[in-house]
Amino acid sequence: MAFFNKFKNIFSRENKSQEDKDLEKKKLDNSLNKTKNTLFEKISKTIVGKSKIDDNDLDDFEEILISSDIGVETTLKIINNLQSRVKKDKFINTNDLYSILKEEISNLFNEEDLKEFVIPNVNEPYVIMVVGVNGVGKTTTIGKLAYKLKNAGLKVVLGAGDTFRAAAVDQISIWAERVGVEIVKQEMGSDPASVAFDTLQSAKAKNADVVIIDTAGRLHNKINLMNELTKIKNVMHKIIPNAPHDVMLVLDASTGQNAIEQARQFTAATKVNSLALTKLDGTAKGGVVIGISDQFNIPVRYIGVGEGVNDLQLFNSKEFVNSIFDN
Amino acid sequence: MFDNLSNKLDKAFKILKGQGSISEINVAQTMKEIRKALISADVDFKTAKEFTATVKEKALGQEVLTSLKPGELLTKIMKDELSILMGSEKSDLDLSSKPTIILVAGLQGSGKTTFCGKLALLLKTKFKKNPLLVACDIYRPAAINQLTVLSEEVGVSVYKEEENKNPVDIANNAISFAKKNSKDVIIIDTAGRLAIDEKMMNEIGLIKNSINPNEILFVVDAMTGQDAVNTAKSFNEKLDFNGVVLTKLDGDTRGGAALTIRSVVDKPIKFIGTSEKMDGLDIFYPDRMAGRILGMGDVISLVERAQQQFNEEEARKIQKKIAKNSFGFDDFLSQIQQVKKMGNIKDLASMIPGVGKSIKDADIDNDSFKGIESIIYSMTPEERSNPVILNGSRKKRIADGSGSDVQEINQLIKQFNQMSKMMKMMQGGGASKMMQMMKGNNMPKF
Repeated sequence: MAFFNKFKNIFSRENKSQEDKDLEKKKLDNSLNKTKNTLFEKISKTIVGKSKIDDNDLDDFEEILISSDIGVETTLKIINNLQSRVKKDKFINTNDLYSILKEEISNLFNEEDLKEFVIPNVNEPYVIMVVGVNGVGKTTTIGKLAYKLKNAGLKVVLGAGDTFRAAAVDQISIWAERVGVEIVKQEMGSDPASVAFDTLQSAKAKNADVVIIDTAGRLHNKINLMNELTKIKNVMHKIIPNAPHDVMLVLDASTGQNAIEQARQFTAATKVNSLALTKLDGTAKGGVVIGISDQFNIPVRYIGVGEGVNDLQLFNSKEFVNSIFDN
Repeated sequence: MFDNLSNKLDKAFKILKGQGSISEINVAQTMKEIRKALISADVDFKTAKEFTATVKEKALGQEVLTSLKPGELLTKIMKDELSILMGSEKSDLDLSSKPTIILVAGLQGSGKTTFCGKLALLLKTKFKKNPLLVACDIYRPAAINQLTVLSEEVGVSVYKEEENKNPVDIANNAISFAKKNSKDVIIIDTAGRLAIDEKMMNEIGLIKNSINPNEILFVVDAMTGQDAVNTAKSFNEKLDFNGVVLTKLDGDTRGGAALTIRSVVDKPIKFIGTSEKMDGLDIFYPDRMAGRILGMGDVISLVERAQQQFNEEEARKIQKKIAKNSFGFDDFLSQIQQVKKMGNIKDLASMIPGVGKSIKDADIDNDSFKGIESIIYSMTPEERSNPVILNGSRKKRIADGSGSDVQEINQLIKQFNQMSKMMKMMQGGGASKMMQMMKGNNMPKF
């Protein structure tokens, strides 16, 4: 019976996956629709009826890119590249200009897109630590990620490492219950490093596959809090030598240029390997990740496109750029 | 590289150095740099453009006085214009209705619930009100618990209906409850929602129409980027809110969103959130914010924070001690504790004009006092009150006890002596003498 259920699950999951994919695509498209329309309209307006681009056009591009939170430095880089190519190729029509602009932005995501987490088949659990400033959606992202991993047949344990914010432990506990995974928690106000220690110990004893450690939101300029993060990270070595195997920084898509400083400081404290960009279902464009990807070489793994348990998607840089420019 | 605005402005003003007056030609490049600086501070693209145009217009043709560099003149014009743009005067809550109903709205994660707790505390302590917190976020897991915990922390009652899934009903029931229980301010916390989520935006519209609040506050994260325009507009169209709350200003964001929102929806910013603690809510002062955006420091806020923390009686005691020449290490220690209470040292230092830039990359934190503290803790009470008796063997013992060496002890004693000398001079009105000492680079370092 159990075998049959498992089989059924796999079956229904596969069936669902194509639907899911369509749905996901639609969601991303919808969420980026606003961006797309305004960008497209603006660019069309800029270049319609012209056979070559002049400085005014470039100024307009600058405005368009900056309005998507791409940032001054990155925008200038894109524009400069565009300019030099236009100079080289002399004559450029509308369509060419599009593909060049798209290409230039895509080039800033220089690595291949990340896949889902690959959990190695070893005795020790794979540990993911989730960090970020206040209110970006760390706990929600953990809930969605736990659901994803559990559905992939993995045994997941959550660690309630936000012991500071009022009712944060309750929040992640509700997610654990909702998703159906185990959680290790202590009282509010207890040492988060000790929670991480307990979680890893318990996960190891129970032969769990994955551990996800939540942490309290902290502004990246608070040195003591950033040191605390380093301490939480270091404590994990004592149980599992290579833990945490992945440190995921959660960024809010509506955050402006400050996200670059966040990436810098969190990387300094914990060596961030991947990003999750949340709240992309709003009007925010999240263009700041282009600059982060370019400057720090930290790839985006996931995007959050809604409050539902299924609303965590793999980031696809081509789709991200395409969704911005496609008609 | 992300430099902060003031660094960029410095660069921009360098162009003007050596120019006698501001002309069309020499100002153009500067304006471009300023625009870039504003945009990097997350000021909306169009707002930045309009702003620089205004500043340029005001600056053109102004004779640059010999005592004032063109850059300084421009800074002054900019600061004035920024203050005007952000509303010039501070804007208070209207608490005249009985009860006053305050509806709090905003995006997810902007800090609504934390703000509600802080506002309740502020109203209770400063305004002597009897507020009621109302939990209308029925969606986010544990949101009701969060408000409940905060309500206990600030000692204010909370109204909640865990089973009720209708925020309009909950809000109405809360108002009847408040009237029966003589609560004079009702603070309604709502779920975070995206501006394009029609269903959720309609819901908050329904709440508004049903309860007819006296104040609607829109809570927005100070780190918000270019999207601040869209979000503020949408919420304003739906709610016609009365004021804005800017949160997480204790980060290193320049808070360009403040400028954007004010200029796009023309609603005043009423409060700013400055820490995760419940007393971290300040009234918004446009001129101080202008200074911050320009990286000019904020002396007034610094002084105010000092006034809040420093105990006047304590200060008088210390003055007496200084006068009697009996200022000891214990007093020194208590002064350090008071400074620490004022908050993060780096934040404090950055409020001092001119300091912000120089310590940008320096790692100063409250741990920097630890060495001094442990040395003092290793002294006997007698040694603390009468430092003169510190001889070689005593110093050796203190060094062993505090994990430092005799050299560090000597340095601390030297600094301590300088400081007591300086304080004596301040009392004796020897300010000029003190200035000389400071110029001689004899400032105590700690």
